[in-house]
Amino acid sequence: MTQPRRLPQGGRIDRSRELAFSFNGRPLQGYAGDTLAAALLANDVRLVARSFKYHRPRGIVGAGAEEPNALLQLGGGGHTLPHQRATQVELYAGLEAVSVNGWPSLEFDLMAINSRLAGLLPAGFYYKTFMWPQRFWGRYEHQIRRAAGLGRAPMEADPDRYDKTHVHCDVLIAGGGPAGLAAALAAGRSGARVILADEQAEFGGGLLGSREQLDGRPATDWVKAAVAELRGLPEVRMLPRSTVFGYYDHNLLTIAERVTDHLPPGISAGPRQRLWRVRAGRVVIAAGAIERPLVFGNNDRPGVMQASAVSTYLNRYAVAPGRAAAVFTNNDSAYRSALDLLDAGVEVAAVVDVRLRVDGELPARVRAAGIAVHSGYALVDVQGGKRVEGARLMALDSDGRGFSSAYPVGLRCDLIAMSGGWSPAVHLHSQSGGKPRFDETLAAFVPGTSCQAEVSVGAARGCFDLSGCLQEGFEAGAAAARAQGFEARPGAPMPAAVIIAQAPMMPMWRVPSWRGVKGPKQFVDFQNDTSAADIALAAREGYRSVEHVKRYTALGFGTDQGKLGNINGMAILAETLGQDIPSTGTTTFRPPYTPVSIGTLVGRTVGDLFDPLRKTAIHEWHVEHGAEFENVGQWKRPWYYPRQGESLDQAVYRECLAARRTVGVMDASTLGKIDVRGPDAAEFLNRVYTNGWTKLGVGRCRYGLMLGEDGMVMDDGVTARLADDHYYMTTTTGGAAHVMGWLERWLQTEWPDLKVYLTSVTDQWATVAVVGPQSRGVLAALCQDIDFAAEAFPFMAFREGTVAGVAARVFRISFSGELSYEINVPADYGRHVWEAVMAAGAAFDITPYGTESMHVLRAEKGFIIVGQDTDGSVTPDDLGMSWILAKNKDYLGRRSLLRPDSVRTDRKQMVGLKTLQPGFVLPEGAQLVDDPDAAKPVPMLGHVTSSYHSPCLGRSIALALIRNGRQRHGDVVYAPLSDGRIVRAEICDPVFYDPEGARQNV
Amino acid sequence: MKKYSLFSLARNAFSHHQNWQPAWRNPEPKPAYDVLIVGGGGHGLATAYYLAKEHGISNVAVLEKGWIGGGNTGRNTTIVRSNYLWDEAAQLYEKSLQLWEGLSQDINYNVMFSQRGVFNLAHTLQDVRDVQRRVHANLLNGVDSEWVPVDRLKQMIPILNVSSDARYPVLGASLQRRGGVARHDAVAWGFARAADARGVDIIQNCEVTGIRREGGQVVGVDTTRGAISARKIGVVTAGNSSVLAAMADLRFPIDSHPLQALVSEPLKPILDTVVMSNAVHGYVSQSDKGELVIGAGIDAYTGYGQRGSPHIIEGNLAAIKELFPMFSRVRMLRQWGGIVDTCPDACPIISKTPVSGLYFNCGWGTGGFKATPGSGWVFAHTIARDQPHSLNAPFSLERFVTGHLIDEHGAAGVAH
Ligand SMILES: Cc1cc2nc3c(=O)[nH]c(=O)nc-3n(C[C@H](O)[C@H](O)[C@H](O)COP(=O)(O)OP(=O)(O)OC[C@H]3O[C@@H](n4cnc5c(N)ncnc54)[C@H](O)[C@@H]3O)c2cc1C
Repeated sequence: MTQPRRLPQGGRIDRSRELAFSFNGRPLQGYAGDTLAAALLANDVRLVARSFKYHRPRGIVGAGAEEPNALLQLGGGGHTLPHQRATQVELYAGLEAVSVNGWPSLEFDLMAINSRLAGLLPAGFYYKTFMWPQRFWGRYEHQIRRAAGLGRAPMEADPDRYDKTHVHCDVLIAGGGPAGLAAALAAGRSGARVILADEQAEFGGGLLGSREQLDGRPATDWVKAAVAELRGLPEVRMLPRSTVFGYYDHNLLTIAERVTDHLPPGISAGPRQRLWRVRAGRVVIAAGAIERPLVFGNNDRPGVMQASAVSTYLNRYAVAPGRAAAVFTNNDSAYRSALDLLDAGVEVAAVVDVRLRVDGELPARVRAAGIAVHSGYALVDVQGGKRVEGARLMALDSDGRGFSSAYPVGLRCDLIAMSGGWSPAVHLHSQSGGKPRFDETLAAFVPGTSCQAEVSVGAARGCFDLSGCLQEGFEAGAAAARAQGFEARPGAPMPAAVIIAQAPMMPMWRVPSWRGVKGPKQFVDFQNDTSAADIALAAREGYRSVEHVKRYTALGFGTDQGKLGNINGMAILAETLGQDIPSTGTTTFRPPYTPVSIGTLVGRTVGDLFDPLRKTAIHEWHVEHGAEFENVGQWKRPWYYPRQGESLDQAVYRECLAARRTVGVMDASTLGKIDVRGPDAAEFLNRVYTNGWTKLGVGRCRYGLMLGEDGMVMDDGVTARLADDHYYMTTTTGGAAHVMGWLERWLQTEWPDLKVYLTSVTDQWATVAVVGPQSRGVLAALCQDIDFAAEAFPFMAFREGTVAGVAARVFRISFSGELSYEINVPADYGRHVWEAVMAAGAAFDITPYGTESMHVLRAEKGFIIVGQDTDGSVTPDDLGMSWILAKNKDYLGRRSLLRPDSVRTDRKQMVGLKTLQPGFVLPEGAQLVDDPDAAKPVPMLGHVTSSYHSPCLGRSIALALIRNGRQRHGDVVYAPLSDGRIVRAEICDPVFYDPEGARQNV
Repeated sequence: MKKYSLFSLARNAFSHHQNWQPAWRNPEPKPAYDVLIVGGGGHGLATAYYLAKEHGISNVAVLEKGWIGGGNTGRNTTIVRSNYLWDEAAQLYEKSLQLWEGLSQDINYNVMFSQRGVFNLAHTLQDVRDVQRRVHANLLNGVDSEWVPVDRLKQMIPILNVSSDARYPVLGASLQRRGGVARHDAVAWGFARAADARGVDIIQNCEVTGIRREGGQVVGVDTTRGAISARKIGVVTAGNSSVLAAMADLRFPIDSHPLQALVSEPLKPILDTVVMSNAVHGYVSQSDKGELVIGAGIDAYTGYGQRGSPHIIEGNLAAIKELFPMFSRVRMLRQWGGIVDTCPDACPIISKTPVSGLYFNCGWGTGGFKATPGSGWVFAHTIARDQPHSLNAPFSLERFVTGHLIDEHGAAGVAH
């Protein structure tokens, strides 16, 4: 028979839509509206997992986010999802689920041997052993790792898409049960922008699994009406399948919406999930409460469930998770489950209640129905292996710490519905910065004082009667809206629930063990196999802080984050240490509330969108002409332009020679550009650059160095004076954003008196560098309104004119040592001007070149690249650039240059290097030593910062930073390479080509 | 101290583990000690242990405001390596790595030091230069290190995305095979137990609120459990170091920033090494429990709240997804932050101070876990002898005056 445990009627499932799925390869049927867990139970599947450490058989315990055991791997290939919580997976046609532990099979698991060895595996056993012999840890660890872990990661890239949405709202309501719906109605009616998020597919929360009545009708009717009304309110946004999982500062909350997870994989109905980042005016937390298990012997057998989960399966999914049930409780709420069971036709063997006196209204109804209620009793053991076959109970003594009977008596049952009381979901409150406080009456942590604009309502605050939940939800919603400036508007009043008086619960954190230390294991944290004895052991061994116990025993470290077990564990610790629960405290509740896919948090920032990809206005031309690209910061820069069959070296050789002999052209648009304007601009530059700027005439350019506060070289570039109060600054490509931030920081925080305005104009200008002896001819052909004669337009000058019909700023500066002009035009004209340059240069065989040739050309001249030849530990003097340090003014970093270490004469200094074998190009990053045979650690002199084959010199050249290097020209040093070779090189002047600088001045 | 071993486990199994002794006592503070260590993180506990073991000074108390190991020691991502660029740093971290290599045996507590190798990826040509420079320097410093070209990298970590189409393609990596990870809590507990066994008092829930001085000499501290005197005090309070320094009217060049980390749900073994990338800003390893342990760089803002901003985590995970696209469907389980004490040169301060008898060990920033044993070892020496060991002499406070900085930023970026 299919679905043997399905009740003949009832539930919120759609019996007209039967869905086929499989579990561990076995084909099964369920209905639309089922969770995977409900469908498994309907098929009488009890054993769903093996535990983490002892490989004990485990079944479904809960019906929601707190489920510790039913973690199943879903689907295959790129779509596979490791260990999803079956209680939260909506069933879809074709779903394939498999268990994650158990070898060779779930039913027959060889690792269950661990259960026999349990005596050797108490909490923390691994800290005490596996230490000998020392080198064997790797092998032990290999075995430990193989045994650990739950599901398997996919082996393919994720085929799905993810989205992110950023929103503001007036009121965010977390949880769509009665309290949350009431809050949403109140706030929504007032016109406030409301977001109502609930992790389930349907709104209604606990009402969906209960038989409560409101105004004399099923409460779910009211839910339906409330949802319909909310959907009609234009400013209310309803987010089902959406978990509010993080609460950060300034009322920033994060929500994971599972948009298409409930559909079979591969259906492209939108992104798989969406991350909502919500900045909320006020937050109403209506996240409900979680029922606690009871801690007793073998309480982990498949068939031991939360009483509320049993009710949910019966009422919402029409599934009877057993044939004969025992209810075990310390409070009244589980009596509802007893009635639910009874009414569903399930035999209720007994209700076992630890309270000596049981006289509430619900127990009376249960007794009236003829069910035996054993008050003052506790279950002490569960029989059965892969499913519950019975339980044993004993009479407790008056304080519940021992027994008044000597032997247990048996009870036949295959289902145990347990309730240890309720824990309000204080997670979000706690994440917001609140400190939960212990409420003695409820024996639970409840929200404490709010630190942010949030309030908890309903069960999340510890209110467990339906009318109260509706009322306080409604009031909180109205108050939140009012605080946001929205007045309450009339609407249907909240309905009335039947009020049933509840007798107080009796805390029972751990049932005494009927056989002392030899008794069966009493589990506190099912997923991590943490038992009450483990907690006692931790305390005995001195791990007394609740955080120590958590870490020593793994309590609450599972994927359920201790939603079920933590509070019991803390209370057991308190008991063991003889202190109260408040002073024992809780562990910290950390985001996320439930696990969130990495893909969801990443959203669309993958692949090319991982980081903004910046292309120059001329980029497509480079692509069309076969350029290879290099990443520099966020930019794609042409690296070299190989012709048919050319290698990097061959292309660079050709490009460099062209720039030296005729003319080359380079896209220099990526250099950072900052427009500096204002009456104090010159003074500002004086402070941020090491050299003086006051005397720079309009129409002239100057090279500048910027230092960090530590006196180390930070950035460099050429700045032109466009007008008295107007400069155009360039920075390195990679340093542009940092320099902009740096300058703004000084202006805004230290020198607010300076009248200077900075604008980043990097993207507004395209820069075409025309380089080489023939560059003047190219420029002259393109531009009639600038006189390019050497005297009229000297080196380090700039002119405005019209280049190829476009208004341009032309700078006569050089990073190659050749005559060269940099044409700056508005970026939209970049490609036009570039092509015009190419056309005009055709006569000279103009050659585009990339960053690699640029590097070679500048290295031949001994020009540095900040970040390559410097590393944050290099002063201007180290680079031989003391000439750029003004003596008569202050500038950033100057003071640090006076420190004893900065004025040492044997600092590492920039030098040139020539390998004794001229054809050998030293690897960049090679370290240099005097004595390669010295014992380790070998004293190092410095390292090679830049190294190339120089086409125009026909040999290798390198730049290096070497201790006391300026005094050592002519010395031979050694570069021991990682492959064992040792290369000899002679120290020389870093300017290899045209030392007088004649070529750029022609 | 009763020795831990498989045999002691078996013996105790017979008595149902009822007879284990506390790993450390829980004593009341005495009125006076020879040395007080403020801060019961790994570094403080290691300092106490080596004071007792190497220098015979055991009239020592470790004062911890909360629970031992509850600061950055218990929050970090446990990467251990010694492949630092500069000689001074490499020597210090290498000393520490050597101590790690026998630590479980030395303190008779399995700290699960797992030498599964640490890869530092290079994504740009400049990265390649920097990494190769570091590899060359490491080798000459006697620190194991190798350059792994991208094709070999793919063989060694098959799940790593080395596609040249990536936004920042992986171009190669350095590998330190002796690097790896360890179990952070066990380091704190193991040192505590071993120090306790040598007579050190471990005093928890004892916050230092003032540092008492007389004529330029420390004489004790005020704590939430009363005043305690000592003429030598070593402060090892990581993210709170500036607060403690202020108690002695000192100011250090330290910024306190949140640093965040996270773990995924536990998975079957998928990654058996440590992969770090400064360029895309993320690193990941897999714990013995199966969780992916993931982290990145600091939050930009300073503060003492042990939590950060979610966008840092989102950016961090984007980097991880770039490197390991299949991790996209794996879920983040837990996320947290610690407060790290960063120095301008990304190197620690292990130093005497202008107050005689007052020593500080701080500024480890994002990367001090790996240094735990070495840091304790040199700090114990500094306190016991009232002068630094040659290994930590370069890490004195004076360097911020002389300018002799050891700038690991360029080389280490994300310095875990
Ligand atoms: C998220 C994260 C990831 C990291 N990842 C790595 C990594 O992968 N590798 C690595 O090497 N490093 C890493 N680190 C850095 C590393 O954790 C720290 O550098 C190191 O643990 C510092 O150890 P500690 O003992 O000095 O500090 P802590 O462990 O922080 O100990 C300081 C102690 O001082 C106590 N204290 C403070 N004030 C007082 C007071 N007034 N009185 C008494 N006690 C006080 C604190 O409670 C704390 O326990 C990471 C850090 C973080 C936050």
